[in-house]
Amino acid sequence: MKILNNEINILKEAGNNRMAAIGGAIVIMLTLIAILASLLSPHDPFEQKLENRLLNPCFEYPFGTDDLGRCIFSRLIFGTRYSLAIGVTVVGITALVGTSLGIVSGYSRGIIDEIIMRIVDIVLAFPGIILALVIAGILGPSFLNVVIALSLTHWPAYTRLVRGLTLTLREMDFIEGAKALRASNIYIMRRHILPNCINPIIVLATLDIAHAIIFATALSFLGLGIQPPTPEWGSMLKAGIPYFRISPHLTFFPGTAIMVTVLAFNFLGDGLRDMIDPKINENILVSE
Amino acid sequence: MTLLSIKNLKKYYFCGLFNKKEIRAVDGVDLEIKSGRTLGLVGNSGCGKTTVAKIILRLIEPTDGRIIFKEKDITKLRGRELKNLGQEMQIIFQNPETSLNPRMKIYDAILEPLRIHKLCSTDKEYEKILKLIEIVNLNQELLFRYPHELSGGQLQRVVIARILSLNPKFIVADEVTSMLDPLVQAQILNLMKDLQEKLGISYLFISHDMDVVEWMSDEIAVMDEGKIVDWK
Amino acid sequence: MSLLKIQDLKVYFNARGKTVKANNSIDLEIRENEILGLIGETGCGKSILGRAIVGLLPDNVKIGGKIVYRSEDILNLSENGLRKIRGKNIGIILQNPSAALNPVLSIGNQISEIYRYHENMGKKEARIRTAKMLEMVGIDPKRMHEYPHQFSGGMKQRVMIAMGLALNPGLLIADEPTKGLDPTTKDKIIDLICELVINKNMSLLLITHDIGVAEKMCDRIAVMYAGEIIEIATIKNILSNPQHPYTQDLLNSLPKKGLNQTAGESPSLSSPPAGCRFHPRCRCIIGKCLKTHPQLMETEKGTSVRCFLYGNN
Repeated sequence: MKILNNEINILKEAGNNRMAAIGGAIVIMLTLIAILASLLSPHDPFEQKLENRLLNPCFEYPFGTDDLGRCIFSRLIFGTRYSLAIGVTVVGITALVGTSLGIVSGYSRGIIDEIIMRIVDIVLAFPGIILALVIAGILGPSFLNVVIALSLTHWPAYTRLVRGLTLTLREMDFIEGAKALRASNIYIMRRHILPNCINPIIVLATLDIAHAIIFATALSFLGLGIQPPTPEWGSMLKAGIPYFRISPHLTFFPGTAIMVTVLAFNFLGDGLRDMIDPKINENILVSE
Repeated sequence: MTLLSIKNLKKYYFCGLFNKKEIRAVDGVDLEIKSGRTLGLVGNSGCGKTTVAKIILRLIEPTDGRIIFKEKDITKLRGRELKNLGQEMQIIFQNPETSLNPRMKIYDAILEPLRIHKLCSTDKEYEKILKLIEIVNLNQELLFRYPHELSGGQLQRVVIARILSLNPKFIVADEVTSMLDPLVQAQILNLMKDLQEKLGISYLFISHDMDVVEWMSDEIAVMDEGKIVDWK
Repeated sequence: MSLLKIQDLKVYFNARGKTVKANNSIDLEIRENEILGLIGETGCGKSILGRAIVGLLPDNVKIGGKIVYRSEDILNLSENGLRKIRGKNIGIILQNPSAALNPVLSIGNQISEIYRYHENMGKKEARIRTAKMLEMVGIDPKRMHEYPHQFSGGMKQRVMIAMGLALNPGLLIADEPTKGLDPTTKDKIIDLICELVINKNMSLLLITHDIGVAEKMCDRIAVMYAGEIIEIATIKNILSNPQHPYTQDLLNSLPKKGLNQTAGESPSLSSPPAGCRFHPRCRCIIGKCLKTHPQLMETEKGTSVRCFLYGNN
């Protein structure tokens, strides 16, 4: 059976590699744009020129200008910084916290497991965006608070994933073996369980960056996230709404930026999932 | 001289949500293993022989009974003393492919017991590992590979090398060769016998293959439904 | 009379950038009403041979040579023609029944599906046939509404046998049918398969690594090593007078014969040694073995060996 799976996976890998490569290339490009924003942008993103307001895309302003005469192109370039920063920070915090709780929960079972999983259930009982809205509403709008709100709503996914993996792993012979060697529980969790969970965590984290970016732009769009005049994609989208009929480019370009970014991370995540499928690592003929 | 004896060992499980049903996995087992000798334990799958092994190694708590190792009751051992017990008794599992962490290189896997018990300084590790792989006759170039790149027989050698690093007095071998091909089985069993002669290790040799057990063991106990039903 | 004739079969595929020559010019004949054992170590390519016969290999596997079933070359058949041959004329019992059975379908459904698909039977008729099959393999037909997890390992294997035999094939391929079973269950399954195969005038290709099982069941034995057949002979000749040094070592490694060891490991199928593939481990090596690859030659009637020590090889 394994031989077959293997062959199929290798085929799949080849097909999906292209998607992952496109996704990866866009992600790298976005990172470079975020780092080199001040070099790449033709104008100061905060500079208002009221005489140039609501200009259509032209040579000087490639994506046109907004209602205050600011260059949309430059603002989008600077916005990359905020979106990526939020995505990466939120995922960094949630993956760390969620994974630790998941391993502890799955490995220790019993009362600790019960407590952690009930908390997970409670958080998951609320739709994520509503919970984030409430938290952001209470804390007030700012970059830090957006990160806090999103982190508080995103960690259960990791806990559940990792707990499930841990439950399977802890029954395996090499864990029993480590116990027979009298290794401490912390050692087993760190050296044996965590490394075997890493691949699925990376996949989930990549997909989750996309999710966090959407959430962050949604919060900004609703006025609970990063505040104007900061060039954040969500708030730019919001600012463009009143001019949707006369100047659709105010909403079109930020919307496209969000879409491309999110799709790129999704492509990358899906591609990674197929590439690091553990079955590929198995020896081709061992269980012939 | 008796190395290990277990007396009236019992392990009951309770299952079912309402009408708790009692399952007697091990039901009053007495065994005695002499030092430097092999006790064979035979029985069909599900007869409780693996449970006995895990109880002896203190991986499962027994419902009742006593385990005496080197004239000392180890049934209730805790903490430091339990950790030291790990150096004296070890286990080899049935499936060599799942006995090693797939993300750990062979080199680290063999040294892991020494690192856990802090028995070897870092600069002497390489010397030590070369000695170990020579004993089990393993090729040096395999050291920096991952378990999935090795065959079943090679993996079982790795498992043995890793356990030997602690110089254990007693090893439980749980169906060690049932997943291996005849030629590899012969290699591994001969290796185990050589080690016994050289190092005076005692084995509890669990298997369902009577021919293999007869070749390997000095005494044989037959288990069925949690009880010892026959001695040979 | 030969039922299935394999000529110069080659099965290659790519894995991690290397070409794995899983089967290298296999010549094998399965006669009518015969039980042929195919024995060899893990990774020698024996399961792949079984799968190649039924056409169960993935598309990116390259297959060359001929597999002739009753004067029809099944390697040249279209997908549709192959589907008809598979099941109806050649049945297979896959190894590891827990993975081969669908856990969410009752076993009755899984068997009757075969009839409905291959013979366009109605629901009722298919169910009656299913009940008969189950009875034949020693399962109470009342259990046909139960799911795989409710059956023990031995019982699942019986279900697999029922599925393999459902369409009365002329040839049954059994891939490690006794793997992972207890000795007592193993004996029962062996008896069952033998009885059914003899009663139904079928031929059986038994793929196994267990020489004990092969000894009990087979008329003839083919020994495989590193993707090649190295010896074919009747069971009597193999046991009493094994010719190839590998076969001799294999038999001497059994517990009954004292577990004598042979050094070394089986070679990988992606880079087998030059010359005779067994030469690095062989006791009787001669100069030729290092460079020249021996052919499978008939040494006496009914016995063929791939070794320079015999015949005019």
